[in-house]
Amino acid sequence: MPSNTNPACGSADHVLSRRALFGGMAAAAATGLVRQPVLAKSVQGSGKRVLQIFLHGGVSQLETWDPKPGTATGGPFRAIPTSVPGLHISELLPHTALQMHRLGLIRSMTNASDDHGRGQREIFSGRNQPAPLDVPDLGAVVAKACMPDDFPLPGHILIRGSGGGPGNASYLGPRYAGVIMEDAKPPAFTDRPEGLSPEADRRRSGLRSRFNDRFAARRRTADTEAYTFSYGQALDLLDQRKVFDVGLESERDQERYGKHEFGRHCLMARRLLEHGVSFVQVNHSNYDTHFENFDFHIEQLGEFDKPFATLVADLAARGLLEDTLVCVMSEFGRTPRINAGYGRDHWGKSWSVLLGGAGIQPGAVIGATSADGTEVTDRPVDHGHVFHTILQGVGVDSTADFHIGGSDFTIADPAKEPIREMLA
Amino acid sequence: MPDSPPIDPAAAHEIASHKHDRPLVCCAWDPLGKFVLFGSEESAVHRLGIDGMAAAAFTGAHDSWVRALGFSPDGRFCFSGGYDGRLCQWTLDGAPAPPLRVLQAHDGWLRALAVSPDGTKLATSGNDKLVKLWTITDGLVAETPMGGGTGHESHVYEVAWKPDGSALASCDLKGHVKEWSPAGALVRDVGKAEALWKYDEGFRADIGGARAIAFRADGGQLAVGGITAVTNAFAGVGHPGVSVLEWGDGKLATVLEPKEKQQGVCWGIAWHPQGIWVQVAGGGGGGWLRFFKAGEANEFHAVKLPANGRALALSPDKSKVAVALADGHLKIFSLVPKPV
Repeated sequence: MPSNTNPACGSADHVLSRRALFGGMAAAAATGLVRQPVLAKSVQGSGKRVLQIFLHGGVSQLETWDPKPGTATGGPFRAIPTSVPGLHISELLPHTALQMHRLGLIRSMTNASDDHGRGQREIFSGRNQPAPLDVPDLGAVVAKACMPDDFPLPGHILIRGSGGGPGNASYLGPRYAGVIMEDAKPPAFTDRPEGLSPEADRRRSGLRSRFNDRFAARRRTADTEAYTFSYGQALDLLDQRKVFDVGLESERDQERYGKHEFGRHCLMARRLLEHGVSFVQVNHSNYDTHFENFDFHIEQLGEFDKPFATLVADLAARGLLEDTLVCVMSEFGRTPRINAGYGRDHWGKSWSVLLGGAGIQPGAVIGATSADGTEVTDRPVDHGHVFHTILQGVGVDSTADFHIGGSDFTIADPAKEPIREMLA
Repeated sequence: MPDSPPIDPAAAHEIASHKHDRPLVCCAWDPLGKFVLFGSEESAVHRLGIDGMAAAAFTGAHDSWVRALGFSPDGRFCFSGGYDGRLCQWTLDGAPAPPLRVLQAHDGWLRALAVSPDGTKLATSGNDKLVKLWTITDGLVAETPMGGGTGHESHVYEVAWKPDGSALASCDLKGHVKEWSPAGALVRDVGKAEALWKYDEGFRADIGGARAIAFRADGGQLAVGGITAVTNAFAGVGHPGVSVLEWGDGKLATVLEPKEKQQGVCWGIAWHPQGIWVQVAGGGGGGWLRFFKAGEANEFHAVKLPANGRALALSPDKSKVAVALADGHLKIFSLVPKPV
């Protein structure tokens, strides 16, 4: 697990919490809420998918989705036209610009958070932090709502080389916690040990199951259920291992996406989405550019642009985009003011998120910022609204509840609502 | 070139200050000493007049920051390079007027330019990893380059002519130094300024590059400056350092570093004929003008600046230094003691 003990801004928020890393299993076991949550029919999704690209560290909205060329805050980059007439984005995204007719922008994100840990918790959970109750992340909610009961793969997968995204399932249970593919490699422990034949493995597993069943008949607890699930998932992953091999994609596709890390990760994401995985998150690191913001955005967006655009185009060409909601987000944006080191600092007051695909109005642009980008001037929204919107986009009634152990848990923050003008 | 009066950096004092409304990015002194040009975080080329010449702004040619400035040796023409990849040629000693030439020189940023000592060639470098050589005929730069090309594998940050015009040096993001012939052919890999580059594993990005470049007057050494000993790329935690390489074999002769470790980047380096390297730096440790005796690793004198220094230019007679600051000031310091 990569550590981030020397954060750019020196804040403790850069350090991932162990609880977050262990995700739903620990939380669920602690609360005893591992029983499968009952999902009212109104909440059950339609088997759709979500692709979340998380630009870790806080990508600059001025160098991506909301450029302000020629202003004191605009920096050196120019704005370029896109495939949506009248819509311009940064010149650092020439390939993505050609896909904007499939995508939409929210330029009026605003929240009080400008630290990494809080910002990540808010954008992943859709709730203001600190929250009174641990709640599941978007990935877990989407997996629960959209994944068929008998789906043989994890429904919530994170592909990363670095960066956050703990995939917390909380009270939804470990089945919906994020499974991590480090550097697009198959999940850990999906290799059968050398010398253990499949037949021997099956006999071992059968014996373990018989012991489990006998124990469970006398003492069934949240912990034992969690462990049983984990073993079962591990066996399923062994059988499905080929799904996680991006090397099986054609050489041509590997070239198209690029053989660098983010390119491989995007191609892996396409593969998982094609196999029906409900929620795929791809991290791209890092964007926390307190120093030399412009040089580093050239480098990082230079890696991001073509694979992302290729992925969107491929999803569309394969008929998957209408059932896959795409989102590109960070934990916050960056200061319009350029500091003395040519950097931009944390900024939650006015930033941008990209949504597209399933349920999203193509070409929609929600909200606006001032001429210098320092404030939202129209349609302020935050992580709560985005959370609702994504769920609605994939057919989930975000205003409904999970029913768990006799209690109701709101799926999304009841104080917020979907951005209706963004929905198709 | 006018004779240089003896300087005493310990007696350096500010003699002029001009406040612009945007942070400055670069500066250059006209060869006749009549004005100083500067670029800032916008698209104009600005002139600060000396001895009564009016200030002026020259606009309409760039649509991004102007990062590089240079002059023909006779002072008739100025050249500007921008982050729009454009190379522009101007006459800037009169009223504002459109440029004589606007060329799309590079795909992506044009980071540096240098006019040959005899004024017949202009070198440019940029984010397209190319070094280009342009002829200047009857004062006008040609519309297409006559030489240069690939050789670097990363963005080319700086170029500089050997003072005798016999070679061109280029240095890239990763500190690789290359030599080019006056005809624009790649001659050799000179060496690598190892200290000037690092791949930050935590932030998964490259940090480095020659932010400053200068030859010693006899061409025997090349100084390339930037940020060294980086521990946090995205916060700019590192020291302003200059690697001085022997031009002949590319070996490291000296590393110029602040006496007291301070956070920052070396943004400008120049050679003074009195055997002194003059450096400007800026960063978490503030802005500094430092003076190093040739062959010595630490400065013998430093002047604290009121803001991060982002560029410097010695006057034609080397008695003054103009410094471009991040707070929008262009300050001119005299290096000659005040008359008693």
